Amino acid sequence: MTTFADRPLEEQIAQWRAYVSRRHALHGPDVEELEGHLRDQLTALTEAGLTGDEAFLVAVKRMGSLDALSREFARAHSERLWKQLVIAPDAADESSNTSDAETLVVLSLAVAAALAVKVPALFGHRLSPDQELPAFYARNASLFVFPLLAVYFVWKRRLSVASGLWLALPFAAGAVFANIFPFPTRSNTEVLTILHLPIALWMAVGFAYVRGHWFADGGRMNFVRFSGELAIYYVLIALGGGVFTAFTFMMFAAIEMKADWFVAGWLIPCGAAGAVIIGSWLVEAKQSVIENMAPVLTRLFTPLFTILLLAFLATMAWTGNPINVKREVLIGFDLLLAVVVGLVLYAASARDPQAAPGFFDGLQLLLVVSALVVDGVALWAIAARISEFGFTPNRVAALGENLILLVNLAWSAWLYAGFLRRRASFAVLEQWQITYLPVYSLWAAWVVVAFPPLFGYL
Amino acid sequence: MDMSKDLVAASATPLVLAILAEGDSYGYAIIKQVAELSGGHLQWTDGMLYPVLHRLERQGHVAAKWSASENGRRRKYYRITKDGRAQLAARRQQWQAVDGTLRGIWMGACTV
Repeated sequence: MTTFADRPLEEQIAQWRAYVSRRHALHGPDVEELEGHLRDQLTALTEAGLTGDEAFLVAVKRMGSLDALSREFARAHSERLWKQLVIAPDAADESSNTSDAETLVVLSLAVAAALAVKVPALFGHRLSPDQELPAFYARNASLFVFPLLAVYFVWKRRLSVASGLWLALPFAAGAVFANIFPFPTRSNTEVLTILHLPIALWMAVGFAYVRGHWFADGGRMNFVRFSGELAIYYVLIALGGGVFTAFTFMMFAAIEMKADWFVAGWLIPCGAAGAVIIGSWLVEAKQSVIENMAPVLTRLFTPLFTILLLAFLATMAWTGNPINVKREVLIGFDLLLAVVVGLVLYAASARDPQAAPGFFDGLQLLLVVSALVVDGVALWAIAARISEFGFTPNRVAALGENLILLVNLAWSAWLYAGFLRRRASFAVLEQWQITYLPVYSLWAAWVVVAFPPLFGYL
Repeated sequence: MDMSKDLVAASATPLVLAILAEGDSYGYAIIKQVAELSGGHLQWTDGMLYPVLHRLERQGHVAAKWSASENGRRRKYYRITKDGRAQLAARRQQWQAVDGTLRGIWMGACTV
């Protein structure tokens, strides 16, 4: 190996290589090729009598402007500026064998998830296009997939068998509470179980994701990022699945066959289950390659939601129209708060905690404060209705969620205000958001476990 | 003599192909050879050769292979392909046409 006896020269080459490597259009092998050229040139120049420094100056100068060079490379390899979505093993990556193994594990888990959906059919719970979805499937939806997703993370993060068994506990508990209660048909508490069980169990997946070190640095925030990206990937896969389904119908209809038993019984349920695993794998594999979408969407929608809330408040103040409390209103305002919390959370996830407060932070505070005011008005109206007509499981669940989100936002607003006045750092706000995460799951678990008996399976 | 940028760019492909047609080579050696053959008139910015080589590789005119060099480092060697030879023949005709035309004009100018 030609290494130059001249130590400073080697250091200069190393610096040059590091500098060149930062260019997106230049990949590892290109840098190696260019470095080989630089070294050949240096050898020739020092043999001609130049000192190391002189030779380096001349060689770098002859190499040409790096901007022009990377522009030419970008033109010769235009695909490099478009990040590729297909997972090709990186030639320079030594661990390409393990990525083969990962592909295998992921595909088997996805198939297992798809088949898990069909297991209950063996015991008489059939899916057919003529009936609506049996409540059994709705109650257990998360149980078909989340345990397998947890298995993927246990495998990927190399968790010990013992911690894997601990992780099985919440899923087992979820399976018990989803199925022991004697729900009558169309029971409200059953719907609450259907909605809350996935939220409760998602935290168990989170534990597997952060390798069981829930409080370790950055783990929880990464799980938040993962959840957001997974949601986006899942929607994308679902769109593709919709097109696939439409073609299935169309093509079999053309030969006068009805495909609906296949679509309703196999394609949609199995696809929906397998897509969670595949989506998670894509997020994991691509986390450093694609610009994360969740923060981008956050940036886009924070101003829009702020304008919406302010316009709503202004209109209400101007016209004096009271909120007309209907059944859906409470849930609607819960969702609104959840969206605002999501916007705050994902803005925090993408923000450099060291950066000084800027315009966008002011906008976030405005968003949070206006959401608090809107929710305060809505809560007032709803409280009046509850005191008039009494409690139902739906109202209590929605009210509890509203309070949980309200507490989060109120404290976030306080922290944001402190941050904008430079009294506190942004890290405190981020810390608050991730510390609060288990509260959602614990409340959801409480709804699943306690509400059905409390309200007599209403 | 300062060669115009466009002319340097246009001549790069036939030059590289012609040199590779003589035998397999690598970036640094190609540049050295061009400088020697042109008597120093053709001075490329060294780095710019590589995007040209990569484009030719992508178009299938040359094939590349990493192998060990005499100094122990990995080096990327380029070899002309059958397509490349065809391309070189086509380019050669084009350049001959330009060359012939210019010659005709300038010879005529001399005799007047």
